[in-house]
Amino acid sequence: MQVNESKEFKPTIVAFCCNWCSYAGADLAGSGRLSYPADVKIIRVPCSCRVNPLFILRAFEKGADGVIMCGCHPGDCHYSTGNYYARRRMTMLFSMLDYMGIERERTRVEWVSAAEGAKFAATMNDFIETVTKLGENRKLRDLRCKK
Amino acid sequence: MQKIVDKINELFANDTVDRVLGWKTGEFSYDRTPAVFTKDTGLDGFVYDDFCGSNLSKYLISESAKGGKMAVLLKPCDTYSYNQLVKEHRIKTENVYVVAIPCRGKVNVEAIKAQGVKGILSVEETAGDTLKVSTLYGDCECDRNDVLYEKCSVCQKTHVVYDEIIEEEPYDRPRKDRFAEVEALEAMTAEERFAFWREQLSKCIRCNACRNACPVCNCHKCIFDNANSGVAAKANTDEFEENMFHIIRAFHVAGRCTDCGECSRVCPQNIPLHLLNRKYIKEMNELYGEYQAGADAETKGPLTNFTKDDVEPSIVYQKGGK
Amino acid sequence: MQKIGVFVCWCGSNIAATVDVKAVAESAYSCPGVVYATDYQYMCSESGQTMIKQAIKEYGLTGIVIASCSPRMHETTFRKTAQAAGLNPYMVEIANIREQCSWIHKDMEVATEKAKVLLRAAVAKLNLNKPLTAGTSPVTKRALVIGGGIAGIQTALDIADAGYKVDIVEKKPTIGGKMAQLDKTFPTLDCSACILTPKMVDVAANENVKIYSYSEVESVSGFVGNFTVKIRKKARYVKEDLCTGCGACTEKCPSKKARNEFNMGLDTRPAIYIPFAQAVPKLAVIDPNACIKLKTGKCGLCERVCEAKAIDYTQKDEIIEEQYGAIVAATGFNPIKLDKFGELGYQYPDVVTSLEYERLMNAAGPTKGHVVRPSDGKKPKRIVFIQCVGSRGQSCRDKSYCSKICCMYTAKHAILTKDHYPEMDVKVFYIDVRTPGKNFDEFYRRAVEEYGVEYIKGQVGKVYEENGKMMVQGSDLLSNEQLTIPADLVVLATAIEPDESARSVATMLTASMDTNDFFTEAHAKLRPVESPTAGIFLSGTCQGPKDVPETVSQASAAAAKVIGLLAKDYLTGNPCVAGADPMICNGCSQCANVCPYGAISYVEEEVRGPGVREVRRFARVNEAVCQGCGACTVTCPSGAMDLKGFTNRQIMAEVDAICK
Repeated sequence: MQVNESKEFKPTIVAFCCNWCSYAGADLAGSGRLSYPADVKIIRVPCSCRVNPLFILRAFEKGADGVIMCGCHPGDCHYSTGNYYARRRMTMLFSMLDYMGIERERTRVEWVSAAEGAKFAATMNDFIETVTKLGENRKLRDLRCKK
Repeated sequence: MQKIVDKINELFANDTVDRVLGWKTGEFSYDRTPAVFTKDTGLDGFVYDDFCGSNLSKYLISESAKGGKMAVLLKPCDTYSYNQLVKEHRIKTENVYVVAIPCRGKVNVEAIKAQGVKGILSVEETAGDTLKVSTLYGDCECDRNDVLYEKCSVCQKTHVVYDEIIEEEPYDRPRKDRFAEVEALEAMTAEERFAFWREQLSKCIRCNACRNACPVCNCHKCIFDNANSGVAAKANTDEFEENMFHIIRAFHVAGRCTDCGECSRVCPQNIPLHLLNRKYIKEMNELYGEYQAGADAETKGPLTNFTKDDVEPSIVYQKGGK
Repeated sequence: MQKIGVFVCWCGSNIAATVDVKAVAESAYSCPGVVYATDYQYMCSESGQTMIKQAIKEYGLTGIVIASCSPRMHETTFRKTAQAAGLNPYMVEIANIREQCSWIHKDMEVATEKAKVLLRAAVAKLNLNKPLTAGTSPVTKRALVIGGGIAGIQTALDIADAGYKVDIVEKKPTIGGKMAQLDKTFPTLDCSACILTPKMVDVAANENVKIYSYSEVESVSGFVGNFTVKIRKKARYVKEDLCTGCGACTEKCPSKKARNEFNMGLDTRPAIYIPFAQAVPKLAVIDPNACIKLKTGKCGLCERVCEAKAIDYTQKDEIIEEQYGAIVAATGFNPIKLDKFGELGYQYPDVVTSLEYERLMNAAGPTKGHVVRPSDGKKPKRIVFIQCVGSRGQSCRDKSYCSKICCMYTAKHAILTKDHYPEMDVKVFYIDVRTPGKNFDEFYRRAVEEYGVEYIKGQVGKVYEENGKMMVQGSDLLSNEQLTIPADLVVLATAIEPDESARSVATMLTASMDTNDFFTEAHAKLRPVESPTAGIFLSGTCQGPKDVPETVSQASAAAAKVIGLLAKDYLTGNPCVAGADPMICNGCSQCANVCPYGAISYVEEEVRGPGVREVRRFARVNEAVCQGCGACTVTCPSGAMDLKGFTNRQIMAEVDAICK
């Protein structure tokens, strides 16, 4: 499935993937030649619990239109508990962004195992499609009025 | 106030403490500023009244690290901050003697001004709920319940830790729901919320008063002052810090914020900063179970804890709001 | 400023067909710090690596970025290359332009642009890399095996034979496990006890092995090479050093109505008992739930008859603490409970599980090996075996997996039954007969062809009692007939599941489990006997259903892995560990709250820096324990805690490079 390679607006999307499950899942999607748009760029982290909400805010500030975080399924964390903490942190971050009026669909968490190449590709396709529909993200950058 | 003075003099006399952390009058007659009184100098200038809004617990980080034993006067809300700091090993409790003092809400002079009263010279408490305000243009009166700090207008707190308590006289607790404002925001559309916060946060002059007053914002070196943290930007070259300061601050104190309300109290731009922290408190209460930071000095905060069946982050998109 | 070299790999046509590798290499020069960029057909090849090494030396590179396949594939390779050229191996970053670019994009322009961005991010990160050196930690040369069945015994024996100390913790009063309860083993039909009990004796006699029977692991702390384990030695009420195992007490014990676990409850045993004749250690044990003395204070008969003076009613549980370098989980299996399979009639005495049937056939079993109906002791004329009870099912009471051993043991039961009682009618209901194994299919065919066992393809819907017979109602899918077969005895080939202790053991070991509570392997194909948690190994059915030879193979494989670990004097750790800056750390303890390994402790020491000289409480990370997950770094409000190799600034540099 090629979602938007012909459309004009190309979103910038950052995906944080844990080394043990989701990054491997992304590799598996690659080995399986399961395509998804090139708009998403993956940053490898050891565990979803390494993802500081700061990084996500930073991405938005620097021009990202969507940020997705992928980790091992709860219960399968390589470090046993990392994704449980990540889950709470991301819930809180998303809740704050929503509270600030940022579109809810620009952030997402998905649990993707090393075996779920197809899920990884499908998730990315879906996320990119959603963010593309939303268009450019200016809100966080414009949170404070320029005097 | 006399009971407090007597108590401190007693503590000085029997060598329980050698100094006390309290308040004295500041620049204006209604200004109260934190002050340390020693056994040697005595309680000259000490004051405790309706204007002593500031939370003294944070000063104990540096004061308790000094030698000797210090008494500290803590209002009910301040004891939560104290507990939280003890939990975070920031206060040497062996050097502190907590005297719990009564409080029936503190008066915000800015709120009197906001009622159109100009040229205030002094504000006096009376026995009842009426405040006597003298101004350059003559005297007037106002109802103290109308001019309390926001934090006091929703306060249900009682002292949670103390070495000694000076009993408070019963008073009518406010009936305002502390989450009502947050709920009102949640009920808005995303665009309305964005507009609200844009207006509020655009007022910020980055004076750091909120950070400096917040008891849990007590890092030796704040990431916003740390050139190596990757987020600090002294010159206004990096908008990241400017835009994200309040979100990051709210996140850093999430699960640790006792809702003491100092951030909003000290903000010179009157940004309702407590609405950020209170959103987190409300959300964590709803999703992870009731939790009051500082209620004790042991329980793990919600963000350093988990259950295997926690809700997924997508819950945020499914619940309330528009 | 770094001097960075960039090496873009074609991976034959895998990358070069969709990514303009030359353009990507050229683009590298616009990235800060890049002084050299090139492309080559196969960077991982000998000549590719030589090229990298030469460039490092020639251009005095301080770091290299390889734009190639996934770091999961060749990061280690290129780190070694860098090291060989005198560069710190952690001054290497990989831009994944194959799995995450060329393989998923078809448009060359799109893929090339993405490759440039991925490369730019890798360079941005590398600019902030610092050389890292791994710490080392010593290895305690002693292994712990949890579980004393055939898996645990074999693992322990192999480790002991290699010259290392090994302890077995077995929760039952004797080692031997399930294999000790079996009659014969398929497909050779040799007597299970005859091949197992010598091993039990061997392991007990081995001077490198210490057996903690009737004991359980209480807690585990530490990390690979340095585990500290507390073992609870449960009170036997019998002094191990005095008991001779003569059995006089068991004969005299007046409380003889306790369920005999070893015989699957088909008979009873005394309150003081020795599980079976060849038990190791052969020591009596008092069942506190059955002992009159322990329950009421009256009796004391065993104490009076014990000539060795071994009985001690006041014995208490004992906690033993021991250090280990490696731990092997060999917690084994159990047949599932059949309380949710009411329709198959397990509530009737003449419907038994395979393991119960195993005891019925065993010469040392409750019937001295005579197959009789538990209800009336009469010899059955017809036995019906039902396969896949609880296995390969979809409902919540079922296991989704194949229990693997049932087809073969059912064939074994059928053959042995027909062998003893040629006149008996033996029928088997099956879904499929699975016989992948050496001489397995031949064995099954013998059952059908030589012994005339009737195999009926179909499932049984109901078993009920009628006039003393067990009526088996099922369908024959091949003839498309509904059958109701009156049987004298019904044997259910019950699914197996991990022992109920496995979950708590896994939690203590921080070893992961799958949804069925089988231990997860570090890699399903390439590291099948290791847990993802370093220093934890897997032996036998705790990892998945398997038969005896397969269990023994895996047990020996696990032992080999343990020996490989214990042979080292020092372990080299992962250098990508967390560390707190004492100048910034508040000592607030939040990081320790989220550390899964207990790697963080706090010290109060003087810190010195610009304008600062005071005693502060701050976090200190045990680098040998830290696994580098980074949970602490996000919890830290001050940003004092950072993760080497994945620092805040490195990740933010990647973010910036991607979003630019």
